[in-house]
Amino acid sequence: MAETTLGHADHTAPRPPGLRGFIADWSSDQRAFKGVSWGKAMMWIFLLSDTFIFGCFLLSYMTARMSTVVPWPNPSEVFGLHLFGQNIPLILIAIMTFVLISSSGTMAMAVNFGYRRDRRKTAILMLLTAVLGATFVGMQAFEWTKLISEGVRPWENPWGAAQFGSTFFMITGFHGTHVTIGVIFLLIVARKVWRGDYETGERGFFTSRRGQYESVEIMGLYWHFVDLVWVFIFAFFYLW
Amino acid sequence: MVDVTPHGADLIPPAEVGEMDLYHPHSWWTKYVFSQDAKVIAIQYSGTALAIGLVALVLSWLMRLQLGFPGTFDFITPEAYYQFMTMHGMIMVIYLLTALFLGGFGNYLIPLMVGARDMVFPYVNMLSYWIYLLAVLVLVASFFAPGGPTGAGWTLYPPQAILSGTPGGTGPGIILMLVSLILFIIGFTMGGLNYVVTVLQGRTRGMTLMRLPLTVWGIFTATVMALLAFPALFVACVMMLFDRAIGSSFFMPAIVEMGEQSPHNGGSPIMFQHLFWFFGHPEVYIVALPAFGIVSDLISTHARKNIFGYRMMVWAIVGIGALSFVVWAHHMYVSGMHPYFGFFFATTTLIIAVPTAIKVYNWVLTLWRGDIHLTIPMLFALAFIVTFVNGGLTGLFLGNVVVDVPLSDTMFVVAHFHMVMGVAPIMVVFGAVYHWYPKMTGRMLNEWMGRFHFWVTFIGAYLIFFPMHYVGLVGVPRRYPELGDTAFIPPSVHTLNEFITVAALTVGFAQLVFLFNLFWSIRHGKEAGDNPWRATTLEWQTAGTPPPHGNFGKELPVVYRWAYDYSVPGAPEDFIAQNDPGPATQGGPATRGGPATQGGPATQGGPA
Repeated sequence: MAETTLGHADHTAPRPPGLRGFIADWSSDQRAFKGVSWGKAMMWIFLLSDTFIFGCFLLSYMTARMSTVVPWPNPSEVFGLHLFGQNIPLILIAIMTFVLISSSGTMAMAVNFGYRRDRRKTAILMLLTAVLGATFVGMQAFEWTKLISEGVRPWENPWGAAQFGSTFFMITGFHGTHVTIGVIFLLIVARKVWRGDYETGERGFFTSRRGQYESVEIMGLYWHFVDLVWVFIFAFFYLW
Repeated sequence: MVDVTPHGADLIPPAEVGEMDLYHPHSWWTKYVFSQDAKVIAIQYSGTALAIGLVALVLSWLMRLQLGFPGTFDFITPEAYYQFMTMHGMIMVIYLLTALFLGGFGNYLIPLMVGARDMVFPYVNMLSYWIYLLAVLVLVASFFAPGGPTGAGWTLYPPQAILSGTPGGTGPGIILMLVSLILFIIGFTMGGLNYVVTVLQGRTRGMTLMRLPLTVWGIFTATVMALLAFPALFVACVMMLFDRAIGSSFFMPAIVEMGEQSPHNGGSPIMFQHLFWFFGHPEVYIVALPAFGIVSDLISTHARKNIFGYRMMVWAIVGIGALSFVVWAHHMYVSGMHPYFGFFFATTTLIIAVPTAIKVYNWVLTLWRGDIHLTIPMLFALAFIVTFVNGGLTGLFLGNVVVDVPLSDTMFVVAHFHMVMGVAPIMVVFGAVYHWYPKMTGRMLNEWMGRFHFWVTFIGAYLIFFPMHYVGLVGVPRRYPELGDTAFIPPSVHTLNEFITVAALTVGFAQLVFLFNLFWSIRHGKEAGDNPWRATTLEWQTAGTPPPHGNFGKELPVVYRWAYDYSVPGAPEDFIAQNDPGPATQGGPATRGGPATQGGPATQGGPA
């Protein structure tokens, strides 16, 4: 995997296991996380910061939901669809969740093939991930349209607390924005992989720097994070 | 003591990370404007922060004119006063101090002090500055918007922040403020990730975390805190923006406004306060920790003595950073909360005094029997310690629930936080500018203008804020544009208010001398040489002054010791640079991973 972290040679010296290894790493020079490239470290720390953003959003939502004195709309009914002559609760959300979790699978496979330097399969799997992500956003747009047509607004809705609409649009909207940004970057990285930019050392249009295959994995970190956040939104918003 | 002896010089491991892919600018634009060099970005950040800080300074003059001589100035209406006050606070805390310490000093000092070519992601670093500039421009735009900027106070508490009674509340003022904050946070995150990863992953060979100068520790910890605290402000801003712009009710309860029922219903203003102060209290330490770090280095360098209790200093910084996340509700004692919560937050608040006191003792013990040079950076460092202790003592009053309640929302609070997080950090900013200006420009700042600036600022700050404590103790509320004929306010308060105003204008004038000095000394200052203070840290050992693109020469420096080898017995000079392998290894065993020290020419040359 030495090539994966181009310019970041793996630390070869044996390190003691467990807590001792942790202390050895943190008291060493140059790098606190041995074998972790700059890009990967940066993505992890960004995700930590982003976790706090989603955490604050969800805590605010829970505060609003628990302190409201008017009824909270029943998610099973609100998010149900009338299909085949019967009401099916949460069916759309179930499909959306399935699609997004599947995209995590394809992303993981893309990272795997990235390590194997299989340009074609990596690019195709990333494209597939992007398509699944775009499908998710599309279904979210459908869900929004349906709720808006039923009279849900950020300031009111037909069934109860006004905060239902505002927290719903805000949190799913913020998550949807994350997915959309992810799709855009997936397409950019997939194109670079497909053209072989990472082999030829092609310089980036904006940054004038050489990219690395590692971008696939960093992209994967972000994508899995967005999926994980969805699991929490799903649990706290739809299943509660 | 740690790392004083040149042991372990043969234990320097080989480089783990290859040379960085630096972007070499080809044109004036990419070299000086859209620059990816952290040093240029640092100067851009500092210049922008000082420029907008000057606006905030002028606003404070206008406020003082109104308070000292109420009714004299027709253009300072109550609405205008609220706007001046709000913008003064917001600019000073966020757009000046945060941006200057982290974006300015962080960008300049981190790569140089840890021995890196640049920040790890220079392109993202450049974006960080431009988004910060955009945030500042949006903020400035609110001055020219119809209705003017928001006058809600820097805390922007809803519901009043977005109601028609508050200046800018129903106009674009509050919207521009919130958008500007959101942009600031996005920009800061880009820079902050760079600072954190550079410190964790981008150090040179031999530079362990426990050999970092305390400046880097302070900025690093503050940046980590900012990355975890700003999300709360981000969320609060987004939600208030929705309340204001699309009529949601996150923070807005059912409310009657100007005799009419507002469309809002069921929101919680207290929730905003929690989110705001979850950011707001760490923010105090985001400003204070870099100051703690920098002042440690200033004291050690100018007292020619190693810092006392380095490890304790590091752990105190980390401890203060962690504790500051569990004290936020001490800003909300009068908002109404369960008494047990008040007890909890009062306890955590007072516990912070422990690591803080450790730091103060260590600074004093560093000075003790040191070879104290009363240079301008040292004067400012000493002023910081005194001011910080003073501000900290009044913090004990405000941290206790029962004492805080009567003092809450009085001028006592204003005096307290100006001493502890206004004057004290700005003293360090000045000290740091006088200390590192020679590295940034190659010339010293003018000594006599500097001394004039120091004494007027230092004495003036006390003339402004000491009387303010008294004014607050007799019950004068903060944020009131004028007091009128209120029975409980003695005439001495009015006299003091005039006095404070005169003092504030005088101190303001001294800052203009400082600004003039900054520009004048670029051409006319004394030549500084590479290491005018004979300091040990890596930024003084660069290949030239100011340091070239890539900071160091062909090879990155190798670090053999901690940053505080001053007045080591038996050493030829009274300082040993961090990249000096020391007498024991000269001609001794070769280092395992390449050439030994690679400082620039004449780095060991002693006084310039």
